[in-house]
Amino acid sequence: MIGYVIRRIALALGVVAGVVILTFGIANVVPGDPASTWAGPHASAAQVARARQYLGLDQPLPVRIAKYIGGILTGNWGISIHTRQPVLSDIAVAAPATLELVIAALLIAVAAGVPLGLAAARWPGSAGDHAIRVGSVLGVSMPVFWLALIMQLVFAQRLRLLPVAGQYNPGLVFSHPLAARTGMPAVDALISGNWPMLGSTLDHLILPALVVAAYPAGVIARMTRAQVLDTLGETHIQMVRSLGFPERAVFGTFAMKLAWNPVASVLALVFAYSLVNTFLVESVFDWPGLGSYAAASVSALDTPAIVGVTLFIAIVYVGCNLVVDLVQAALDPRIRLR
Amino acid sequence: MTGDSPSDRRGAALAALRGAVRANPLITTGGLIALLIVVVALLAPLLAPYPADAGSATHPEIALQAPSAHHLFGTDQVGRDVLSRVLYGARVSPLVALFVLVIACAVGIPLGVAAGYFGGLADEVIMRITDVFLAFPPLLLALAFATVLPASLTSLTIAISITWWPWYARLIRGQAASVAGRPYVEACRALGIQRWRILLRHVLPNSVTPLIVQVSLDFGGVILTASALSFLGLGAQDPTPDWGLMIAEGDAYFSTQWWLVTFPGLAILLTALAFNVLGDGLRDVLDPRRPLTPGKPLTSRRSLIPRRFPIPRRPPIR
Repeated sequence: MIGYVIRRIALALGVVAGVVILTFGIANVVPGDPASTWAGPHASAAQVARARQYLGLDQPLPVRIAKYIGGILTGNWGISIHTRQPVLSDIAVAAPATLELVIAALLIAVAAGVPLGLAAARWPGSAGDHAIRVGSVLGVSMPVFWLALIMQLVFAQRLRLLPVAGQYNPGLVFSHPLAARTGMPAVDALISGNWPMLGSTLDHLILPALVVAAYPAGVIARMTRAQVLDTLGETHIQMVRSLGFPERAVFGTFAMKLAWNPVASVLALVFAYSLVNTFLVESVFDWPGLGSYAAASVSALDTPAIVGVTLFIAIVYVGCNLVVDLVQAALDPRIRLR
Repeated sequence: MTGDSPSDRRGAALAALRGAVRANPLITTGGLIALLIVVVALLAPLLAPYPADAGSATHPEIALQAPSAHHLFGTDQVGRDVLSRVLYGARVSPLVALFVLVIACAVGIPLGVAAGYFGGLADEVIMRITDVFLAFPPLLLALAFATVLPASLTSLTIAISITWWPWYARLIRGQAASVAGRPYVEACRALGIQRWRILLRHVLPNSVTPLIVQVSLDFGGVILTASALSFLGLGAQDPTPDWGLMIAEGDAYFSTQWWLVTFPGLAILLTALAFNVLGDGLRDVLDPRRPLTPGKPLTSRRSLIPRRFPIPRRPPIR
């Protein structure tokens, strides 16, 4: 097991090194002159030259790559063009809001997807099964930014059931100020016992979380269904059946157990996908997370910020993959030998 | 000669269609909708009530009109007919998706076959490069590339292609590696058949089936990615009648003018849905490991979850 862990971590570090070099390529080996973007549209030639020197663009390529990698390692991820702040501190400010949104979405996705998948596997071919399959294909064919706009129009603007945008009711800031601890408003309100604020944050969380949950819920429902049905076809289940166990026990005790492992690993992987889906949802709901930051950076053509967010999410994604592989290897000894 | 009367022929055609739907409802339904989208794209100038509105024509005097008999989907912020633009939109993002998939296959298939068949150093290098690309969620990497390239449909196509080829190299590599070890390929080698001939005539055709399924499933995925990037302002620019761009433009008026966003979005949904359903059906038929039985469940759907194909390990051939 230790040998496997070391090999797997070494592989992940190699991938991260490749990711850093690729992001350097995106930031540097592209058409356009970052120095003139930095200096602004009306800059003189001397100002552009100074910007080039300031940004280190006058140095040879190997030196720049070495400096870039050194900067990544020491926490210097460059300066955002549109906020004029260090990219890493911008990410640190924005990440908790996104994390709260994605965790809420995944909770909804598991709460909906797992029972639906189990029900579909319990009665395959039934009308309910077909409805669940259609629903999950719809979930993965849905343009998420469009779903966000439609949900906002229907539930917030027409029916007025939920707030349109934002993280909480700004009117509450004066009567029940929010103590910033984790950067996640709902969690902060909960741990400081700020109940009116907690209600307001949850109200604001529902719509964006539902939109982000649509895709993972569809994937989880399909995975659960497929895994349970695959397990039902295996010999140990036939054995259990032939021993005369009731169908409920066959299903609940034996078939479901083996399905948990793949479903859990899918969960870790859709986590990273949902982080990217927030790019399209957060700006619609004015949610001040990584997605809004990335969308604002895109419209400002802010290369350092975009590259920073890309690198950050890629590292999170590699980390998720690593954790999934290690947990699976710990649970299933066969994987270690591959 | 009753069998030749038009009504009988129509009846026979309907019966054939009903049979096809019963034999494989997914392929037929998805395929028919996909065909409809292709027909709309080809015949857009004939079908669109106001073809000029797909371009830079403006009619400020009829801006933001609700759907009516004259404008079934209403008019947009400069008075263009939304129906005409949605119909012409079938020529934009589906075409981007087609180019992306062609480029991704053109790059991914040769690299995958080379890695899988030859093994050794070539395999190691190509697979480590794909590892790096696969470490990014596809939308994210495409977004990063599209941001640094000048905003245009060409940049959009290039950005998505760069993120898409490694999936195909991976998929083909696994197939080619397992085909390369089979007795008939060994027999070819023993007979002294040239290497390129073995690759083209034996390894490639026997490796390509899962790719066909994957490509049809990915068509919807590429359209969703392209629309998302256009929505963010990367890719198509006004007056191109792109669905994602139309949604971005309608966003500002959406709380009062619902039709601006709703119809282009439905077009994206319908297109993605058609190809996802078609791909599901194709996999039922083409995947030999999964026997086609009515009511038999589809098992795990790799294109929908983050894709991680099993990589069979084998000693390099030489």
